[in-house]
Amino acid sequence: MSYPMTRQRRFDPPDELFDDPAPVRPLTFADGHQGWLVTGHAAGRAVLADPRFSTVPRRLHPLLASRRVPEGEVPPGFFLRMDAPEHTHYRRLLTGQFTVRRMNQLRARIEEITAARLDDMERAGPPVDLVRTFALPIPSLVICELLGVPYDDREQFQRDTTELLRLANSPEQLTAKVGDLITYVYTLVARKRAEPGHDMLTGLVDSGELSDDEIAGMGFLLLVAGHETTANMLALGTFALLQHPEQLALVRDDPSVIDNAVEELLRYLSIIHFGATRAAVEDVTIEGTLIKAGDCVAVSIPAANRDPARYADPAVLDVRRPAGGHLSFGHGIHQCLGQQLARIEMRVAYPALLGRFPALRLAVPVDAVPMRSDMSIYGVHALEVAW
Amino acid sequence: MVKVKADRDVCIGAGMCVLTAPLVFDQDEEEGLVVLTSAEVPPEAEEAVSRALTLCPSGAITRVDP
Repeated sequence: MSYPMTRQRRFDPPDELFDDPAPVRPLTFADGHQGWLVTGHAAGRAVLADPRFSTVPRRLHPLLASRRVPEGEVPPGFFLRMDAPEHTHYRRLLTGQFTVRRMNQLRARIEEITAARLDDMERAGPPVDLVRTFALPIPSLVICELLGVPYDDREQFQRDTTELLRLANSPEQLTAKVGDLITYVYTLVARKRAEPGHDMLTGLVDSGELSDDEIAGMGFLLLVAGHETTANMLALGTFALLQHPEQLALVRDDPSVIDNAVEELLRYLSIIHFGATRAAVEDVTIEGTLIKAGDCVAVSIPAANRDPARYADPAVLDVRRPAGGHLSFGHGIHQCLGQQLARIEMRVAYPALLGRFPALRLAVPVDAVPMRSDMSIYGVHALEVAW
Repeated sequence: MVKVKADRDVCIGAGMCVLTAPLVFDQDEEEGLVVLTSAEVPPEAEEAVSRALTLCPSGAITRVDP
């Protein structure tokens, strides 16, 4: 089989992912490479945690023809696509900035930002597009403040990010967008050298360990990963709750539910629906299947998160189930650096939205909501709501 | 009493242990890597520690067999 991308139902991953109970099965990549698809939760964890699998692009094969790996090297500082020890070097310069304690200290500021967006919605009056007024601004404002990126520049970097994630774009278009975004962050880094701020880009400059190219690559990664992901969780999560009113009522009315509800929405929605791809650098056996050196493996996060061996009734959204252990932030050394920030943003934003607008509803027919099936991060392009 | 150890060379600072079992695990301010607030696990934290061991993405924390 080739990698399935067409969903039969908007909140469920493609049915083909579940038509074979084997946790590891053959997969034909877009360039004809005979590799593997991992759909099991335990098998997915095993692959993602194993240093014998590489994430370096030149070793990987594309899942879609449009995602052919561009020739050339990984941008300096872009540690998402590096193996240890290079990855470790860059990540360690940032881990101190994203600790649980530091993220908890941001809660009051995230509450302020959220309340101001809700005020905007009230002023505008229904209907409003929740993506543009709420879901995208909250994480964008937060990551801009943390990094030291001017929020006034958002139109350009949000538009560039959208093109970066559009699956139909050619590898050449992707490379051009990566270049645009890195150049943008590079100019910011130069400005930080002249006018230091109290932000992460300035901190990386001050570390004295990095070139401006490296800081630009790291900043590009943080900026893109810091706003698109949470934005899609907020909008798609709200949509899912609106379609499951009894679950929405629990999140709205019982504050003790929210921490677990966030984990369950992460599990159920699995917005990273395109890969994670790795390449074996030596022979590895995963759950009895021999994966030979050079073979590429695609771990389907949505399938792993709905493995019936790990979660009972996996296709059911149940904000009270023990939902921890999902792979939505990945696993292994590349597990999301910003996950504790994302958790707090969601723990603040969903209840605040439903508290302010207890009668929140869709302002368009369900089928008129434009789904992001064409993007590497799933979600909704827009969500018209009223109250 | 259950004991745990932490390997800061392996840790990637994801914070899952601190989120899950804050009685036993912390992160230092500088690097954000795991530190143990107590090598011995108090009985009331045993279940949380067991979950944290499973959730740790890098395998930096392990149970020490008596």
